[in-house]
Amino acid sequence: MKVFRKAKHIREKYLEENMWPSIFCQACGIGTVLSCALRAIDKVGLDLDKTVFVSGIGCSSRLPGYIDADGLHTTHGRAITFATGVKLANPELDIIVFTGDGDLAGIGGNHFIHAARRNIDMTVICVNNYNYGMTGSQLSPTTPVGGIATTSPYGNIESPFDLSALAIGAGAPYVARWTTIYPHETMMAIKKGIEKKGFAFIEILTPCPVGYGRRNKLKQGKDYLLWFKQNSIARSRFEKLSEEEKRDCRKVVIGGLQDVEKPEFTSEWSRLVDKHFVE
Amino acid sequence: MKTEMRFVAFGGQGIVLAGVMMGEAAIADGINAVQSQSYGPESRGGAAKSEVIISDEDIDYPMVVEADCLVALSQPGYDRYVGEVKPDGTILVDRDLVEIDQPPRSGSFYHLPFAKTADKLGNRIVTNVVVLGSVCAITGAVSKEKLAAAVKSNVPGKYLELNLRAFEEGYSLGQEALKRREAEAK
Amino acid sequence: MRKPRTKPAAASKYQPVRPFTEEEFSRVRRVLGQKVLFVQGDAAVSYGALLAGCRFFAGYPITPATETSEILSQLLPRVGGVCIQMEDEIASVGAIIGASRAGAKSMTATSGPGFSLMQENIGYAAMTETPCVIVDVQRSGPSTGQPTEGAQGDIMQAKWGSHGDYELIALSPSTVQECLDLTIDAFNLSEIYSVPVILLTDGIIGHMREKVVLPEFEEVELVWRKAPTRPKDEFQPFFDDGSKIPETATFGTGYHTYITGLTHSDTGYPATDSQPEHHRLVSRLCAKIRDNRDKIIKVQKDYQDGAEENTIGIVSYGVTSRSVNSAVKLLRREGLNIDHLRIITNWPFPEKEVAELAGRAGRIVIPELNLGQVYHSVREAAAGQCDIVPMWKTGGEMHTPDEIIRVVKGNG
Repeated sequence: MKVFRKAKHIREKYLEENMWPSIFCQACGIGTVLSCALRAIDKVGLDLDKTVFVSGIGCSSRLPGYIDADGLHTTHGRAITFATGVKLANPELDIIVFTGDGDLAGIGGNHFIHAARRNIDMTVICVNNYNYGMTGSQLSPTTPVGGIATTSPYGNIESPFDLSALAIGAGAPYVARWTTIYPHETMMAIKKGIEKKGFAFIEILTPCPVGYGRRNKLKQGKDYLLWFKQNSIARSRFEKLSEEEKRDCRKVVIGGLQDVEKPEFTSEWSRLVDKHFVE
Repeated sequence: MKTEMRFVAFGGQGIVLAGVMMGEAAIADGINAVQSQSYGPESRGGAAKSEVIISDEDIDYPMVVEADCLVALSQPGYDRYVGEVKPDGTILVDRDLVEIDQPPRSGSFYHLPFAKTADKLGNRIVTNVVVLGSVCAITGAVSKEKLAAAVKSNVPGKYLELNLRAFEEGYSLGQEALKRREAEAK
Repeated sequence: MRKPRTKPAAASKYQPVRPFTEEEFSRVRRVLGQKVLFVQGDAAVSYGALLAGCRFFAGYPITPATETSEILSQLLPRVGGVCIQMEDEIASVGAIIGASRAGAKSMTATSGPGFSLMQENIGYAAMTETPCVIVDVQRSGPSTGQPTEGAQGDIMQAKWGSHGDYELIALSPSTVQECLDLTIDAFNLSEIYSVPVILLTDGIIGHMREKVVLPEFEEVELVWRKAPTRPKDEFQPFFDDGSKIPETATFGTGYHTYITGLTHSDTGYPATDSQPEHHRLVSRLCAKIRDNRDKIIKVQKDYQDGAEENTIGIVSYGVTSRSVNSAVKLLRREGLNIDHLRIITNWPFPEKEVAELAGRAGRIVIPELNLGQVYHSVREAAAGQCDIVPMWKTGGEMHTPDEIIRVVKGNG
């Protein structure tokens, strides 16, 4: 019963009632991501009057519309640039960016790595469903080798991006990756990301049965469940593998992947201004 | 009164700044000035041109067509622009940096040791300020006081004295040249 | 490190969104020093922005606009603002729109290639009615063209660069002083009409130094966007109260506004499947500018009293006006009747003013640093009342007064 009371509380407190039903397909995982994000926000106790949800274009980028808060639904790939402007203009605001694999790492890849490098305080939640869902399942920068998409009908021959590794390489101080089959862990990772003073990146492997799934033997939600289970390994277990086993491991490592302290942009800028301000 | 000046040199010889200081002095004198420049993509060594128009009226067209005063510190600059000076214009050319076969037929021509004067002061970098002193003495386009003030506000503190000396040396150089010319004319 | 969830007690001076008072204005004046300056157009634009209350700048280096980024990176921290060099021009416009939504007056500056990249987000700013200022220091194109040379080749792009139907405002200064004055105007217009405003300078004025006199607080009008007048639960971010210009709720003030580039209803939420909603929305976006054209449009008419049969009209804008001014003085000295219309507001286009001139003049000469852009608008506005004589020049050099005189006299 507690679970249901919680769900009612989240729904009433955070959701924009006029926007339902959602645009999402049956068995889509984006709803789970929204639920995890809202529970994390609730746990942190974010003030929705002081939180701005920013997104680009794509299925996951529709999420800010379902939340009763300030939302900025921007152009394709550019969410992080708009978010940068919002945050820098008013550093008191908390910024949460919803994005997808195509939006973030395809058209918006450059903005992603630069925001991570600058370490601007924001939480970027990426729904990685391995394809461009909204336009009808085209090849994305994360589509696995061999994956069938409408623009890779004979199977993908390109190497996919490892988004979390990319974020770490670009300097993000907090990075975690989970799948929607671990909602509690996902929620806790988002919570940590929000609490992080800096650029936090949470990648969530998400089912897209109607788009990517039906072309790749993942027609049902439960197919994804199995696929994610078989193809992922918790970081704690991965760490215990021998060097040789690690090298040969073809599974996606999930869990908290990076958590370090780095100077954050708005704090540093604040110091800079206090030094040079003319009274 | 309207004076159109053109400075030509290699990039790095400080003629853009010289033009800026001329313009600042004019503004401080309460008249109008427009300064513009053109240069190649490289910041050192390419061809550089700085133009200043000084006038007690509004300045509309901001480019120099035929100069009242040409200052040349480089051979290619001189060769390219010596033909674009008004018949009664003034031409100031560095004696050591620019070789002249034959002085131009029209205008007042001055072949002066700007760079050498700067060398004597200990640093060729102040050649542009020596030039300004001479231009000021010879053309009288701006007041000496305001031009000196413009030099002061544009050079780093530790080079201030050197620059002011360069300005005075340049001014004397110009005055003497002017006197010589007047004596010759008589 | 867990970040504190409450505001730190000792507030930082870093506050891009702050009430713009006389105190803030005087701070800018203190930072700029003397009242009379001898500076480049790019600098004057920067100073105008600061005096107008701009406290957010995002840009990407590009000749001949880079000086604005350099100057503002030096000056914005001194007045509590923020200046960031983004990874490209697309990001720069994204950032200034975000900053504007968070309540800051914001600006970016670029040149042709960057301006091309910015177009999608400029359309977003128009669609979402977000005030912001974009400075385009025009250089010769297409493509990389002549980076250090001035041109007037982006006039049409300024209006038609993004896809779909929208209106915006574009201004063309012709002196360095006007770079400052029109930057202040650009901010005011963008705040009044909730629209992106383009300042079309060029490589010649951008790099030219000229006298600039800084205004006093009493001399400038500074406008801020309309704040919400309705209670939070009734507020609709795109509601038209009859003025066609919606009120703006700043992010973080509790209004919970949703802003999208999708076709939206008054509530801000998508209405992409509604033909009437889309038509109503884009019609209003255009009408709020077109209906106010008399308030927006600035021109300078230098007409001779009692126009006669043989009056010749000249239409000019931007830096080219300076060549025309010189030419007009000389032509009048020779006894010719010249009416000179200087366009300050390129968009919305001053059609009425051009039509009026076409009614007075036997022909209109229109010199431009391109291969015919405003020429088309002039021809359209003149509607066959008189001949239109174009003077096209590209490559980085202005028309000389002599060239204009020759064409005006019919010897071109």
